[in-house]
Amino acid sequence: MPRIRVEVDGATYEDDVEPRLLLVHYLRERLGKVGTPVGCDTSNCGACTVLMDGMSVKSCSVLAVQADGSDVTTVEGLGIDGTTHPMQRAFHEEHALQCGYCTPGMIMASLDLLRENADPSETEVREGLEGNLCRCTGYQNIVKAVRRAAKEMREPAGQEVTP
Amino acid sequence: MTVQEGGVQEGRAGAEIGSPRKRSEDARLIAGRTQWTDNMTPQGTLHVAFLRSPHAHARIVRVDASQAMGRPGVVAAFSGADFADEQGSLPCAWPVTDDMKHPDHPPMAVSEVRFVGEPVACVVARDKSAAFDALDEIDIDYEPLPAVLNMDAALAEGSDLVHDDLGTNKSYTWVFENGDLDAALRDAPVVIEREYVQQRLIPTAMEPRSVLCVPDGDDFTLYSATQIPHILRLMLATVTEIPEHRIRVVAPDVGGGFGSKLQVCGEEVLALLLARRLGRPVKWTESRSEGNMTVHHGRDQIQRLTLAAERDGRIRGFKADILADMGAYLMLVTPGIPILGAFMYNGIYKMDAYSFTCTGVFTTKTPTDAYRGAGRPEATYAIERMMDELAAELGVDPIEIRRRNWIAHEEFPYETIAGLTYDSGNYEAATDKALELFEYDKLRAEQADRRDRRDPVQLGIGVSTFTEMCGIAPSRVLGSLSYGAGGWEHASVRILASGKVEVVTGSSPHGQGHETAWAQIAADRLGVPFEDVRVLHGDTAISPKGMDTYGSRSLAIGGVALFSACDKVVEKARRVAAHLLEAAEQDLEFTAGRFSVRGVQEEGKTLQEVALATFAAHDLPDGVEPSLDSDATFDPENFSFPHGTHLCAAEVDTETGMVHLRKYVAVDDVGKVINPLIVEGQVHGGLAQGIAQALYEEAVYDADGNLTTTTMADYLIPSAADLPTFTTDRTETPATSNPMGVKGVGEAGTIASTPAVVNAIVDALRPYGVNDVPMPCTPERVWRALRSETKPDTAEPGAGGGLGSASASGSDSDSAGGAQ
Amino acid sequence: MIPAAFDYARPASVDDAVRVLADAGEDAKVLAGGQSLMPLLRLRLAIPDALVDVGRIGALREIRDDGDALVIGAMATHHQVIRDPLVREHAPLIAAAAETVADPAVRHRGTFGGSLAHADPAGDLPAVALALDAVFLVRSVRGEREIPATEFFVDWMTSAMEPDELLVGVRVPKPGPGWGVHYEKFHRTAQAWAIVGVACAVRRNGGAIEEARVALTNMGPAPVRADGVENAVRGRPVSEDSFRSAAEHATEGTEPPGDLHGSPEYRSHLATVLTSRALAAAAV
Repeated sequence: MPRIRVEVDGATYEDDVEPRLLLVHYLRERLGKVGTPVGCDTSNCGACTVLMDGMSVKSCSVLAVQADGSDVTTVEGLGIDGTTHPMQRAFHEEHALQCGYCTPGMIMASLDLLRENADPSETEVREGLEGNLCRCTGYQNIVKAVRRAAKEMREPAGQEVTP
Repeated sequence: MTVQEGGVQEGRAGAEIGSPRKRSEDARLIAGRTQWTDNMTPQGTLHVAFLRSPHAHARIVRVDASQAMGRPGVVAAFSGADFADEQGSLPCAWPVTDDMKHPDHPPMAVSEVRFVGEPVACVVARDKSAAFDALDEIDIDYEPLPAVLNMDAALAEGSDLVHDDLGTNKSYTWVFENGDLDAALRDAPVVIEREYVQQRLIPTAMEPRSVLCVPDGDDFTLYSATQIPHILRLMLATVTEIPEHRIRVVAPDVGGGFGSKLQVCGEEVLALLLARRLGRPVKWTESRSEGNMTVHHGRDQIQRLTLAAERDGRIRGFKADILADMGAYLMLVTPGIPILGAFMYNGIYKMDAYSFTCTGVFTTKTPTDAYRGAGRPEATYAIERMMDELAAELGVDPIEIRRRNWIAHEEFPYETIAGLTYDSGNYEAATDKALELFEYDKLRAEQADRRDRRDPVQLGIGVSTFTEMCGIAPSRVLGSLSYGAGGWEHASVRILASGKVEVVTGSSPHGQGHETAWAQIAADRLGVPFEDVRVLHGDTAISPKGMDTYGSRSLAIGGVALFSACDKVVEKARRVAAHLLEAAEQDLEFTAGRFSVRGVQEEGKTLQEVALATFAAHDLPDGVEPSLDSDATFDPENFSFPHGTHLCAAEVDTETGMVHLRKYVAVDDVGKVINPLIVEGQVHGGLAQGIAQALYEEAVYDADGNLTTTTMADYLIPSAADLPTFTTDRTETPATSNPMGVKGVGEAGTIASTPAVVNAIVDALRPYGVNDVPMPCTPERVWRALRSETKPDTAEPGAGGGLGSASASGSDSDSAGGAQ
Repeated sequence: MIPAAFDYARPASVDDAVRVLADAGEDAKVLAGGQSLMPLLRLRLAIPDALVDVGRIGALREIRDDGDALVIGAMATHHQVIRDPLVREHAPLIAAAAETVADPAVRHRGTFGGSLAHADPAGDLPAVALALDAVFLVRSVRGEREIPATEFFVDWMTSAMEPDELLVGVRVPKPGPGWGVHYEKFHRTAQAWAIVGVACAVRRNGGAIEEARVALTNMGPAPVRADGVENAVRGRPVSEDSFRSAAEHATEGTEPPGDLHGSPEYRSHLATVLTSRALAAAAV
């Protein structure tokens, strides 16, 4: 079994893994990081989106062995010292979640979107989130939340915020 | 976790109801600190994988699971025969007619399979991959039987049968008639006949189903992604004969349902039986492709409709002949779903005669059951599409034709031709508001211009003035419809010694935001801060009594139960307060959480002080027990009837058939509102699902009865990029059927939007002679409608991109299209 | 669902990779970005004995200027290709089509070479490669060979590569100045595959079309070069009439599939409409 070394949400792990083990199952079943859920088999839904070396990936479509040497951030790794990240806060403020199952993936995909475009238009947010499905919200409040977070992250109120 | 609240911050008494309070649920959900069923894996948990039928219909000749047992990590392997004596038959709680044909439905097939995906065997192993790998070792011989896929053919003489022993594919025929329809049709100046197909949909809650059963001696705790922990508990007890008090059902965080988790699933029964047999925790979580085949589907009806009207557009009568696909078995409320629509085909309109006939038909497909709206979207689609057809026939504006027929606001309460009493409504107000927000005249002008220019992109305007019956409740009515249970809801309120409040509700949220809205109700009624209220739910050990969440019933039934329970607390507290204040009860007033003697404001006792005094019980009036805790069970006299006017503008590319939604305005009247933020969110989500039925979603079976839309690559759920921005607003006409004046909101958006979208598409194409486009209105179907082809040809699915040929067992095909 | 078990190798160089592939036999698969392969593994529609992960071979990610051509490393991700200044300057059609592939997260992992080697006729990049006369650079222990795009796409999900061969890069001739490009993708939802796609590059000379290159996505078991359209539009004035009449040739030589999202007949109709639109957009 290959041995991998990954950093996840600030902690380092070394594990022997079966080659077929998906990153999302490694996170959930080996590391107990169940904040990242699985919603489909075909990389369509995006519920499992995490950041790998700073870029969004669907952790159901990456093998754990492929993540060897990488730095992975899940929704559980957001925020500093028990505070919430502006993106998380914006999702709350704008009522951008209902059942919340898609939310971890939505938040991570949204952070990736802002990495490349700090001030996205409504259309750019919609297109940037094309790989994340939500069945509850109709997306309208998600779009508002992302733009609200973008504004806040452009003009941070006193404190430095990074994903 | 610190979530900073915006908007209303302090628990100012009386200010909670109606305020856009941010949800308390969010804190854990945005942080990934969730309790989805699949997140829980107690030490020693065994994992289950199911082998499922690759045939639409076949006799099971032989099952040999012995080879699977030898695989590493495998603890047990079973076929249906191994459970034949204890698995019982999955319940159907709604025998709609006395002579309804109701076949046995073993959780795991024993002798015959009747849809692709039906479980036939299972492996229990140390981990998921071991269980799944071992499925390949199970050897099954099938003798294929004919698939039964078409409802009309299934009812024809000599058809192949889904259930041989029933002798027919007809489950039931249910009839409702009122008024003299023959007279209404006879010599009617206008008669419009249409056939519409409500395509089969896959509910697709984002959280796949999951169940974990933990045994503890003779007791069992079953965690499940369910909407109905209470009903599930009773049904599990009934099916397995494990006594009800030995079963605890927990619905932890549940990731959406939309009706799909209003079910008693075979996998839930089997998890319980496996945990009992093996004495260890047992968990099963479905994959999406497994779920698409096996979670019950929605809709799937053929509607044959006749509308008779006067020349001036007034409706004389309406006739609906429905074929409803039950699928292979009757599940929890399968046969009742189309019947829920029976009372809605008249919509908001007055007429003299109405006839509804529904025949439930068995096919070798996944069973159907509740999906957001459940019967009412189908009915609303039928009447709202027909109103547009009538308008077109008479050359009258579709808004005007509705005005001529709808119930005027001064006519409420109004007894409809379908036998319901609509308690309140104001269709004029909602419509006026919608027209203004929509800029109706301006868009009509643009439409005329595009028509004149023969613009290849045409504009259409769709109208849907809907109502629906929800708050699925009145037990007497449900009884009269032969439903197996009542529809009340329970709430209890516990006042802790410190004055903090615990609310226990029998309603079981899975995204609706009860923890917030219920706390708002309790905070206002008890005059305590919002933050001092905690809402408990979703666990039969914590909330022992309830009828759960579906049919837009939570607030209108469960919320009202809470409202009443709070009032009982205040009445109990009043006695204690009067004693402490040495005043007569009738001289006390209770405002902002404080009892005071009328006219002597400075002397008073807060509810918290009364709670502490009650807890201490040192000085209570004679005969008063030391508890303020109260409960209430509410069973309303009537349904609630939200209504609204939805307007949709669609651009249709007449060269490609592509539809682009340009504008969508929804003005809903859901009565009094507890939390406008939550209401708006429900409307948004409902719109997305209704629009998705109109444009994108369809469960498609091939000629052999294989579902070809098993993945999200083939069953198209719209993303943010595919949906427009909605303009939503409200009018507020309180319901008179409950003391809070509230109505349901969960399904309204879905019910209203589908006809609005299709009406818009058809409206765009009317100059081309088009009067219908079947749903979903795919570009190809629009294009064919423009070429005057009513029936789109159905090509063989599975080629040219997509994963449509994913096989049931998922193991015997070597190639397919791939995601990019 | 969970993939069936497989052996795994992660060679550090192209030489290592082709040796591993040679030893692994027919049932080994190359793992590039995995964005097409992973769903097939999870659904057990693909059950390879071994995966050869070429994700750590840095050289395969390079995009370089090779005089009169660009060479795009097979492992350059869509994300990288879309933003690469060389690609944007010399092969903007590739960037335009890559932007339409799936979604951002998939584009971060999915690779240019992987999409081409997958040879899915519904994929967006094969038609682009065909339209641009790309040449596929393929290595094995037996040496290196070049396969022109016209020969690379053999059939549905089948390329001209042998099982022991590795796609190392794609050479894309620089077309020279004056070309306008457009990729017209027609799909029902943002994530869905193209029902039909048209890759189009047009060189204008004043008011006339001097040259056009057109290839179609999902109009047969392999991408189709629309020679008939190219010939018909050459020398014609830049006008909607020219594009419409040239587009009438779009279905020549196609064998459109029928599936959930479109019948062969509808695809043929779309190919004509979309080709006309793509020509017009490219000629702006």
